[in-house]
Amino acid sequence: MRTNDVMLQTATKVVTFIILMFAVHIFFAGHYTPGGGFVGGLLTASAIVLLMLAFDIPTIKKILPINYVVLTAVGLLIAIATASASIVFDVPFFTHAYDYFDLPLFGETSLHSALLFDIGVYLVVVGVTMTIIQTIGEDE
Amino acid sequence: MSNLVLFPVVIPLIFAAILMLFPKKLHMQRAVAIAGVAATLASAFMLFSKVNSDGVQAVTLGSWPAPFGISMVSDMFSVLLVLSSTIVTLFVLFYSIPTIGVKREQSFYYPAVLFLMTGVNGAFTTGDIFNLFVFIEVLLMASYALIVHGGEKPQLRESIKYLLVNIISSALFVSAVAYLYSVTGTLNMADLAVKIPQIEAVGILTVIAVLFLVVFGFKAAIFPLYFWLPGSYFAPPMAILALFGALLTKVGVYAIMRTYTLFFTMNTGFTHELLAIIAILTILAGCVGALAYFDVKKIIIYNIIIAVGVILFGISQMNAAGVEGSIFYLVHDMLIKAALFLLVGILTVIFGTSDLRKMGGLIKSYPVFGWTFLVAAFGLAGIPPLSGFPGKLLIVQGGFEGTHFWGSLVILATSLLVLLSVVRIFIYAFWGEPVKIATIDRKHYLSMFVPTAILVALTVFLGAGAELFMPFISDAGEVLLNPSLYIDAVLKE
Repeated sequence: MRTNDVMLQTATKVVTFIILMFAVHIFFAGHYTPGGGFVGGLLTASAIVLLMLAFDIPTIKKILPINYVVLTAVGLLIAIATASASIVFDVPFFTHAYDYFDLPLFGETSLHSALLFDIGVYLVVVGVTMTIIQTIGEDE
Repeated sequence: MSNLVLFPVVIPLIFAAILMLFPKKLHMQRAVAIAGVAATLASAFMLFSKVNSDGVQAVTLGSWPAPFGISMVSDMFSVLLVLSSTIVTLFVLFYSIPTIGVKREQSFYYPAVLFLMTGVNGAFTTGDIFNLFVFIEVLLMASYALIVHGGEKPQLRESIKYLLVNIISSALFVSAVAYLYSVTGTLNMADLAVKIPQIEAVGILTVIAVLFLVVFGFKAAIFPLYFWLPGSYFAPPMAILALFGALLTKVGVYAIMRTYTLFFTMNTGFTHELLAIIAILTILAGCVGALAYFDVKKIIIYNIIIAVGVILFGISQMNAAGVEGSIFYLVHDMLIKAALFLLVGILTVIFGTSDLRKMGGLIKSYPVFGWTFLVAAFGLAGIPPLSGFPGKLLIVQGGFEGTHFWGSLVILATSLLVLLSVVRIFIYAFWGEPVKIATIDRKHYLSMFVPTAILVALTVFLGAGAELFMPFISDAGEVLLNPSLYIDAVLKE
């Protein structure tokens, strides 16, 4: 039996983008205020899961042909590489660097090496969450 | 400050992440995994020589000052364990290549082993009690993946038990850490060692110490918390079993040894007395199991439990002989358990069964294998000059010097039972009427036997060359007995 999910699909098309925008906002809000790669990753994953619920897994796989295991590995490597950079500069592991820059549009902005680490965390969270959900979802 | 401390933790992590990129490429998987463990071993040796020449090494992550940031500390004790665990992993990897099966190799077997190594080395190195929890979780995650890896029916059944036990003990672990924090206000182990003697509420600290003993006891499989171990370890393939048997329980043992020498020393009359009694009960319970079964895997698995008891008895004495004996025996036990599991693994491959009663007469067709097994069996029981002897001798001496001479007597008596349990395997499998066995390809046999034989040779070297290793063991014992060395290295960088 095929249920009518026009409403869900139409709403999802809009809501997904709102969630993704919010994920980006939360991701950059991290460090000084609550947020960061972990929550941002979870939000992004939830947006993809919503797409999967509204449509189906094969369709989403076609739109987003991502191997989530590789995504996890890449995220891990980015995170470790950022943390390991401290070895090159001979300061304790995980020491981060930051400075203030004048960027066009943003004005004076502080840029952190922790952001790179957070990108790694973000990718790992998206990758792991999606791998788990896909594995369970396909197991019928 | 020395980032070298982190190398044996970070290198396997990097290689595990790289291995996840191409799970299907068989030869690349094997080569990169072995390269990763070899690199880790090299870094562990560098760290070892650094600790040997310059004393305890510590680094506090993220340039935070010491009690606030997460400290990673490498003293002689921890670096010896990191070294032995890495050596064991390397040989188990060599043994896995011919035995584990292509299908498993292509579904993230090697990354899981390397993640396990990250967790184990991290747990041995960390100087922060909450970070210890994190690293134990890392190694548990990897062990969940490994225990269910391949998805055979007994594996699925046993992994549920294993998961449940470990989730419950992890929940207890976090609560215990929370209690400790609420009483002391710190989680840095060196800082705990400074603060705990100043606190007058000894009663509540004793409760927390016992709670930690329960938590680590689950991991280390002490009496009566070992009930999950024989079943769960029985399920996975032999290479994984060897890793678990050699490394996982030892992390629990290490955690007990570290916490009970560094900071839970405010009420030794109660806590260490309890530890001694539990250790002896653990030995007895393990002996019953080791003699009760006719299954070679089960016999060696129960021998894990016996060894845990012996090591913990040594540490409960809190004197130089007991502590040094425990350290030596711990290193010996990691190597010999891995070797025995691999040997027993070859036995089960040759006979196609792990039931002793269906084996026999192998000494005629595999003489070298037979005598190697006998050497390993004697090493386990502690017959001089093999590696079990010096450790056990010191532990027994520690018991006689301390107040628990009866414990030493039990250890001496049970050594005979340990010997009986493993020699029984030798008698059943190698003597008697030869049973009909399927012929194994010579090359396949050698690819399993060579890494195993080298591991056995290493244990012989550890035993016969004990004089050579004793200075390092005494160094390690000295830090455990004088916490001030550890504290100064962390807090006065």
